[in-house]
Amino acid sequence: MDFIIEKSVLIVSVFGITLVMAMYSTWLERKFAAFLQDRLGPNRAGIFGLLQPFADAGKMFFKEEFIPNHSEKFLFIAGPGIAMFTACMTSAVIPWGPDFEAFGRTISLQISDINIGILYIMGFLSLGVYGIMIGGWASNNKYSLFSAIRASSQMISYELAMGIIIITIVMMTGSLSLRNIVQEQSGALYNITALKGLNWNIFYQPLAFIIFMTCALAECNRAPFDLAECETELIGGYHTEYSSMKLGFYLFAEYINMFISSTVIATIFFGGYNFPGMQLIENSALLTVMCVAVLFLKIIFFIMLFMWIRWTLPRFRYDQLMHLGWKSLIPLAIINMLITGAVILAT
Amino acid sequence: MQLLLIPGITQEHYLWLSAILFSIGVTGVLIRRNAIILLMCIELMLNAVNLLFAAFSTYLSDSNGQIFVFFIMVVAAAEAAVGLAILILTYRNSRTTEVTYWDKLKW
Amino acid sequence: MGAEQIIFFFLAAFTVVMASLVVFSKNPVHSVLFLILTMFGIAGHYLSLNAQFLAVVHIIVYAGAIMVLFLFVIMLLNLNKESEPRKTLWWQLGAVIGGGSLMLTLIASFQSTIKLPIAHEIDSNIGLVKPLGKVLFTEYVVPFEISSVLFLAALVGAVLIGQRKQEEPNHS
Repeated sequence: MDFIIEKSVLIVSVFGITLVMAMYSTWLERKFAAFLQDRLGPNRAGIFGLLQPFADAGKMFFKEEFIPNHSEKFLFIAGPGIAMFTACMTSAVIPWGPDFEAFGRTISLQISDINIGILYIMGFLSLGVYGIMIGGWASNNKYSLFSAIRASSQMISYELAMGIIIITIVMMTGSLSLRNIVQEQSGALYNITALKGLNWNIFYQPLAFIIFMTCALAECNRAPFDLAECETELIGGYHTEYSSMKLGFYLFAEYINMFISSTVIATIFFGGYNFPGMQLIENSALLTVMCVAVLFLKIIFFIMLFMWIRWTLPRFRYDQLMHLGWKSLIPLAIINMLITGAVILAT
Repeated sequence: MQLLLIPGITQEHYLWLSAILFSIGVTGVLIRRNAIILLMCIELMLNAVNLLFAAFSTYLSDSNGQIFVFFIMVVAAAEAAVGLAILILTYRNSRTTEVTYWDKLKW
Repeated sequence: MGAEQIIFFFLAAFTVVMASLVVFSKNPVHSVLFLILTMFGIAGHYLSLNAQFLAVVHIIVYAGAIMVLFLFVIMLLNLNKESEPRKTLWWQLGAVIGGGSLMLTLIASFQSTIKLPIAHEIDSNIGLVKPLGKVLFTEYVVPFEISSVLFLAALVGAVLIGQRKQEEPNHS
């Protein structure tokens, strides 16, 4: 019974935090864009415009619900739901912090430690295609369809390189469980005691990180790979026909995906909740709080990196995108994997 | 928490289930004329067999069955890729995906 | 009946209903979507059989790759309206009877077989990655390599077949 209560609390809080992070990512995105373009950004609703996400959500809810006449009604409604569902499900295997003792029992800050955690994430990433494809097709609009096909072929192509990078990381760790991957990174970097807690995969696999980051950008359909919503060519992309909260769901799912991608990057390359000087903290409760805070700092850093890239780089052309994915990233990832394998074999 | 076998569910249950799935696949191949649906029905039949392999592998506590499922998946993926490529090519020539129109070699 | 049995029968019924909808739905896109749901049902069965790795690989390979390919082709060929004239009612009836009798034959032959053996000790770990990997890369290493070559051949073949020739007039 305790187990069920503990897990329910954890699930609800992870879900809530995901939604809040996604909401404030929209605010941060607008502020950041404004900063980079020397504007002010939203500043009317609340101090610094902090209530802007609530205003946006309210506006979305009260807008007119419009379903085109020739659309496939059920699938049209199901599309945004699937996109949101697949985006939210991924956070179930992320370890948010170390175990700690409370109420006389060990509480783990991970919803489920399945031993194939990273494959579970890959599985839900690959299912993310369906929300976009179903929505785009059901709108019965050729621009939506083009956009859906672009988005999904892009996501499938970049999943390959991403999968190979994950294989590399799994080869280094010897486990598919995210918990083990994080714990592996808590040791001392290059066996130097002063660098304890900094044994992050990024220091062993910098190339893998760059490839993974590029793939994550493409998976989230973020600029510079946002060809799915390329306004000049495709009107609004796969959500052209959507209005009201269904549109809101698609946009929101994108931000949730960004949050999850940042979390996964922080977890598998930047040590998850580990930070240098971790062993100095004696108090278990304080350590847990610090670890969670550090993880969220890393996540926010990557979210900001995503935004920085979006507002700096121009959009790729479609053939350039495919060339980059198939002819550069996949061979590079394979070579990286072979070298890693050779090094593991030699040591 | 490790799940063991479901009590009261035996291999016969899985045999029946996969027999039903396989027969649905066969019925689909007989009923439909759209080549894409036919390929999908073949996937369905392969999956019925996969399910049986996995069930036997668990009930006999032998991992060979699951290895065979991986090989079947490889073959199914290759078949789908090549099959759909051929289908697109024939569609370009005949503007249809119906198998009954692809009988020009009979004449 | 315990909870696990109810789950089994629910999953079985779900899989069978979705599989029949694949065959009987008029719109090819709906067929593909029902097939994806069938795949989920089968993945659920794998999970209940302790084959976790198999279940996830099944989802990634089938739902994440093969079915997307089917969906692509159907959407790009614009087959969303049912353009195929149905076979005649007699033909359909005959096909259903044929499929049904195949099912009956299969089930009847299973009934008459001897009692199927069960391992004395069920090892719930065989579906995990480590034991599977060990078997795959020791006993089955040659078939594994051959299947990778098969994959490469299929990849090259699909690209070669699907490629549009330069002089061919552009239809679409």
